[in-house]
Amino acid sequence: MSFLTVLFACMFYAAAAMLVVGLIIKIRCYARTPAPLKIPTTPAPTTFIGVRLRMLREVTMFESLFKSNKWIWLFGFMFHVSLLLVTLRHLRYFTEPVWFWVDMVQPFGIYAGFAMVAGLSGLWARRFLVDRVRYISTPSDHLMLALLVAIGLTGLGMKFVAHTDIVAVKAFILGLMVFDLQPMPADPVLLVHLTLVAVLMAIFPISKLLHAPGIFFSPTRNQIDDSRDRRHLSPWAAKLESGAQTSPDA
Amino acid sequence: MAAPQFEVPKLTGYIDVPAIKPGASAHVKSFPAAAPIQEAIGFPGQLVDDWHDKAIAKMGDLLGRYRSLQVFMDACVHCGACTDKCHYFIGTADPKNMPVARQELMRKVYRRHFTFAGKYFPSLVGAIDLTKEVLDDWYSYYYQCSECRRCSVYCPYGIDTAEVTMAGREILDTVGIGQKYTNEIMGKLHRIGNNLGLPGPALEDTLQGLEEDIFDATGVPVKLPLDLEGAEIMLVTPSADFFSEPHVESLIGYAKVFHAAGVKWTLSSKASEAGNFGMFIGSYENMRRAAMRIRDAALDLGVKRIVVGECGHAWRVAYSFWNTLTGVGHGGNDPFARQLQQQLDPNYPAPQHICEYTHDLIQQGKLKFDKSLNDHRVITFHDSCNVARGSRMGDIPGGQFTIPRDIIRAVASNFHDMQEGTIHEATFCCGGGGGLLTDDLMEVRVKGALPRMEALNNVVQEKQVNFLALICAICKAQFTKVVPYYGFDMSMVGGVHQLVSTAIQLEVPEDAGEETEATDD
Repeated sequence: MSFLTVLFACMFYAAAAMLVVGLIIKIRCYARTPAPLKIPTTPAPTTFIGVRLRMLREVTMFESLFKSNKWIWLFGFMFHVSLLLVTLRHLRYFTEPVWFWVDMVQPFGIYAGFAMVAGLSGLWARRFLVDRVRYISTPSDHLMLALLVAIGLTGLGMKFVAHTDIVAVKAFILGLMVFDLQPMPADPVLLVHLTLVAVLMAIFPISKLLHAPGIFFSPTRNQIDDSRDRRHLSPWAAKLESGAQTSPDA
Repeated sequence: MAAPQFEVPKLTGYIDVPAIKPGASAHVKSFPAAAPIQEAIGFPGQLVDDWHDKAIAKMGDLLGRYRSLQVFMDACVHCGACTDKCHYFIGTADPKNMPVARQELMRKVYRRHFTFAGKYFPSLVGAIDLTKEVLDDWYSYYYQCSECRRCSVYCPYGIDTAEVTMAGREILDTVGIGQKYTNEIMGKLHRIGNNLGLPGPALEDTLQGLEEDIFDATGVPVKLPLDLEGAEIMLVTPSADFFSEPHVESLIGYAKVFHAAGVKWTLSSKASEAGNFGMFIGSYENMRRAAMRIRDAALDLGVKRIVVGECGHAWRVAYSFWNTLTGVGHGGNDPFARQLQQQLDPNYPAPQHICEYTHDLIQQGKLKFDKSLNDHRVITFHDSCNVARGSRMGDIPGGQFTIPRDIIRAVASNFHDMQEGTIHEATFCCGGGGGLLTDDLMEVRVKGALPRMEALNNVVQEKQVNFLALICAICKAQFTKVVPYYGFDMSMVGGVHQLVSTAIQLEVPEDAGEETEATDD
């Protein structure tokens, strides 16, 4: 077994572990931190179903962003939908036989690769062209975009410029999933592509990519507007009433 | 109006997004609180020696107690959607008044101390140590935010800068840096029972004077009872209503509505303040302590309903927080909540906004109006930020927008809304909310009012609007002071219940002998 195969296998196991463990830690932190006060941004739904629908619109259509800024919405939506299609397309490397709907997604996934890079480019351009966005951009904001664009471009490169041995790639990935290492093809573009994906996985739980799980825990979006009809009390606030504590931070 | 020490923005007809001018409002700092003010509300009198460690510890404490803060610190992607949404940014062009940059003041420190990336790669992710300069920046810019939540409407993750500002102020207070205006008022509220420091006997005098005024004007013996045990309704209203102009005109309006309804109601000398500046400084403890006065007064007087007067942040605290803080509400199944809630009438919302109360009576046909008495007015309505984005009226979402407008249309004939994007959930703050209603912040108050003034000017030009109807004591005080800077007459500022007061028809008792109509001006 080649050094390369072992290296990439280890890299992916490490990246997957960091992604999963990191996200579990973060999600557990969000879930366990109390939201002591009712702070939905109103007008807000008054029912549980209503709140679910609000959240659904928010994560599938970026409702608030649409209200806010049509350019960011356009580029952001283009990027995220494309990323979803591209990711679904990539499921064919993880399943044998390939699920029929993954087959159906294939052609869309190809073009989504272009749309993804285009959306990212639009978002990146704003970081240079709009003075307000330039002011708030940090090096990591640029690097994050560079990382995603590079992943997209290397992927497109393997599809449209220099094909890689996808049969071998699939064998490698299927092997990874059952801890049966198969040879990793030594195509430089592929190696770059996969390395960057591993980096993305690893930094997910320690970067602004936490916006993905974060939105589900955002009290301004996930709370029901029913404060007059139901008493909302967090554990630390309840202690104030029992007289067990006189100060919330005692 | 003294000559301003700063340039008042020119009205252009459009709400323009300015090019950024770093540091443009860095010099604007409100007066800090002196030691006695700080100590009276449970904070150190001056900057403590171990301020750095204490501040970081407090941040950790707040991150553990508020999911909002924890999620908001992590979730921002710097997309820029909020950057043009803050009225203080639009008015000052200072980029640190962009919501994301205001949050970033804290997020940079959060990253440095609470995240892997910030601990090991600070410059990469923009993490910085907490220094004295950073604290100074916090003090400047967390007191240039009115916690109006406009940015939270537009953030794709619902990040609410108000939550960050509140946390920032709480941390500052904890290490001994407080703001004079807010914290002094907080102390007065605890000590005396209202923001103005008006003691019970003075309040009684004031109310008697008002009763006489109303009788002289209308011939109707409208009462403003104080501490009336066994009353059905207790009205809790901002203390400015007791003698500030134009606030008092609305108080007269509430009294006339109660009179017309024939209900037994009362004010309370213990709960003589609806406002609760504890929210502004993010202090759960102070907010709860202040709100407990309302619970205690309700229990003492044995009232069945609690109605809240025209006040924006007070209504947010009442509507959204009172049930949590004090059990004023319904649906509690713990002994603390039940003690009060079994006394409250389940047929009415608790608390209820005065606009909801009046609106209900109008729906039932129990109030009579002569709309022509408001014909000299061409009216527009300013949605107060805390009512619009932090609360509700009525049974359906958005009732806080329709109910006040329905009331205005029921009592007056000339009403025009301001332009889309400046009303309802997109409303712009008056510029004086959130603890900024102090003369030492006049520059940001005037500049922060710019987008509202643009929208107002447009309806003044196009529809000849001459009355700006409000449901917030802070809005009333702020606009009275600020509209003259933009060339408007301060007399155009007034309350929704001032309009009600003008048009309402009360039955004159027969022994009064003459036909008199209710007017307020």
